[in-house]
Amino acid sequence: MSTSDVKLLGGWPSPFVMRARIALNIKSVDYEFLQEKVGEKSELLLKSNPVYKKIPVLIHADKPICESLIIVQYIDEVWTSGPSILPSDPYDRAIARFWAAYIDDKWFPSVRGIALIAEGDEEKKEAVQEVATGLELLEDAFPKCNKGGNFFGGERIGYLDIALGCFLAWLRVTEKLNNVKLLDEAKTPNLCKWAESFCSDAAVKDVMPETDKLLGFAKVLMARFKAPPAN
Amino acid sequence: MADEVILLDFWPSMFGMRVRIALAEKGIEYQYREEDLMNKSPLLLKMNPVHKKIPVLIHNGKPVCESLIAVEYIDEVWKDKAQILPSDPYQRAQARFWADYVDKKVNAVARNVWATKGEEQEAAKKEFIEILKVLEGELGDKPYFGGETFGLTDISLIGYYCWFYAYETFGIFSIESECPKLIAWAKRCMEKESVSKSLADPHKVYDFVLGMKKRHGQE
Repeated sequence: MSTSDVKLLGGWPSPFVMRARIALNIKSVDYEFLQEKVGEKSELLLKSNPVYKKIPVLIHADKPICESLIIVQYIDEVWTSGPSILPSDPYDRAIARFWAAYIDDKWFPSVRGIALIAEGDEEKKEAVQEVATGLELLEDAFPKCNKGGNFFGGERIGYLDIALGCFLAWLRVTEKLNNVKLLDEAKTPNLCKWAESFCSDAAVKDVMPETDKLLGFAKVLMARFKAPPAN
Repeated sequence: MADEVILLDFWPSMFGMRVRIALAEKGIEYQYREEDLMNKSPLLLKMNPVHKKIPVLIHNGKPVCESLIAVEYIDEVWKDKAQILPSDPYQRAQARFWADYVDKKVNAVARNVWATKGEEQEAAKKEFIEILKVLEGELGDKPYFGGETFGLTDISLIGYYCWFYAYETFGIFSIESECPKLIAWAKRCMEKESVSKSLADPHKVYDFVLGMKKRHGQE
């Protein structure tokens, strides 16, 4: 299949876009990466995702697929000759999907909450605690999923690794910007070890943004969208 | 060894209905256990410690939480009849997208249709109809969202149909006049035994919502 058959609309900073890129890398699929300009939405994006107008959008043979986790599952189901991304056992799949949904519905919004919502020390402390609680749950889940391997998916990275790992760079940026420790070796040793393995994986390392580059991007974004802080 | 299947549920829950429908579609025998959400059972708290919510499907002692995840699980385990997700990956992605759309969009707004008053309620009604119209647009002239066969998206949305009477009565509006094709679709789904046996009685739902409003000092 030629490269032009597979297009990904996205942006390098987006963790959701990263999910799709990691999945495509796992399957060794060549694709055209069409980066959206920050603050602008291309005609192609508006046409391909009229419902949400958001990235990522995978366009395969001119047909669009939206929502990052749906894209990852699609990639897994189309390119069957590559390594599997979802576990093969239905119960394991249900567990992987459960935690991925938890991450999207509860955990990542609380990470975002630290930078965007929390004003003053008390609120910030609460937001940090929420994030920490989520990580502890995932820390507990790890030995139940990994079957002795380095990843939630076992020997190789899988669906849940991708669902969580895509946020690691943003997690580090949030730590730096707010002077907090979120991924703590003392509290979540499994996750810290996992994070190292994840970031150095061949399918991940070229698409995971460098923390400093992302930090620079975050500062620009915050300056653009946030009201100036009160004195 | 025979399968042991238990469903922890709450009779008016449109999320619980999704799992009931999937189980019925597959002809799976199961134990239905009604939860009192004001007094959650130890079993529920043990099986869903993270969210403490229904529905929870318990298969041979192992819990599956989150209604759409449970529906996909049911489809994957009991794969020999009444396929819920299509076989084609692109169709599957579409089915998942629209089921997810129902989850993201319908619930929060639907609640405001009955739980609020005045301007807030008017805004909720307007948004609710807009969302239903998007779904109606996606349905088009197909008998079901997936085409010829009843599937995931249909299952994700149909439970709300037994709540429409309550929404319409408290919101003083007619969903059918705004979205006739969607109502026609709902009636078509209701012709299936798996659906009609899984949905709650709209009048009982109305009484339930009335009770909730009274408890919150709204009536």
